[in-house]
Amino acid sequence: MTLFRNVVFIAAIAGLVAGVVLACMQAFATVPLILKAEVYEQAGGGHTHDHHAVAPAAPGSNAMSSAEPAEAAVPEDEGWAPADGFERFAFNVVANVVTGIGFALILVAASEFAGGIGNWRQGVFWGFAGFAVFTLAPNLGLPPELPAMPAADLTQRQIWWTATVVATAAGLGLLAFRKSLPLALLAVALIVAPHIVGAPQPDRFESPIPEGLHHQFVVAVTLTNLVFWLVLGAVVGLVRGRLTGVTGLRDSLA
Amino acid sequence: MNTASVSLGASVSSQSRFMQLALAAFLGVFVMGFVGFSHIDAVHNAAHDYRHSMGFPCH
Repeated sequence: MTLFRNVVFIAAIAGLVAGVVLACMQAFATVPLILKAEVYEQAGGGHTHDHHAVAPAAPGSNAMSSAEPAEAAVPEDEGWAPADGFERFAFNVVANVVTGIGFALILVAASEFAGGIGNWRQGVFWGFAGFAVFTLAPNLGLPPELPAMPAADLTQRQIWWTATVVATAAGLGLLAFRKSLPLALLAVALIVAPHIVGAPQPDRFESPIPEGLHHQFVVAVTLTNLVFWLVLGAVVGLVRGRLTGVTGLRDSLA
Repeated sequence: MNTASVSLGASVSSQSRFMQLALAAFLGVFVMGFVGFSHIDAVHNAAHDYRHSMGFPCH
């Protein structure tokens, strides 16, 4: 299992570095926009628990009724959630690092099938591919949402998201590693098909979130993810180069 | 693009090589799926900002 061990080792380092970088970028670029959107969300009565907003202030009692909606607004049906502030930030860092390692495992394993990422520059190109597969393609049909935005059924969107990622990855792989025209045409068809099928759409499009805020968020998500993937690919290239260099398998001029 | 001619596992058979890489990729998909796609409320809330910031389907 030396190969598996090496893949996990490289992925762990690359995922840790890129995940921390992404979490820091999110803290400045995306999370403030999410917090802003949550203000609109709470003004609109909260998401997925609209029944809280329905509870009107009972006209008869005054002191009790003013306290009651505040208590009911606690999202008790949503289970545990990290407290705002440091705890929330810390969990975001953990989520970024853990999934960073997950993405890195996929990236390293896929690139090893194609001969491996030899240096940081090759890593940047592999990172671009990862960005196209996991960010660009699914986000064309399902733009990053802010809280309180209307959306279609969660499971349906997850299925479309996953199918789009798989089809785009297959298409890019065919384009890059097969030198035949019919396969290239098939590749383009694979990349385009999910968007012809179309992403699941919500029933209604009215949103309490201002258009400008959402646009800002889409730009922030796209750019932070681009940097994440470039860093991830580059670090994989660096660490892998070191690893193969140390074991004497790579000539130092590569 | 010139690809590196060295591999990470020096002397493994091609079948074992495939299995190990597939196992690594599967592990990656599992980790990503658990954090990004799980319907468990606590997992969703812990990774809430992350899911939004990655454009994962949320709520």
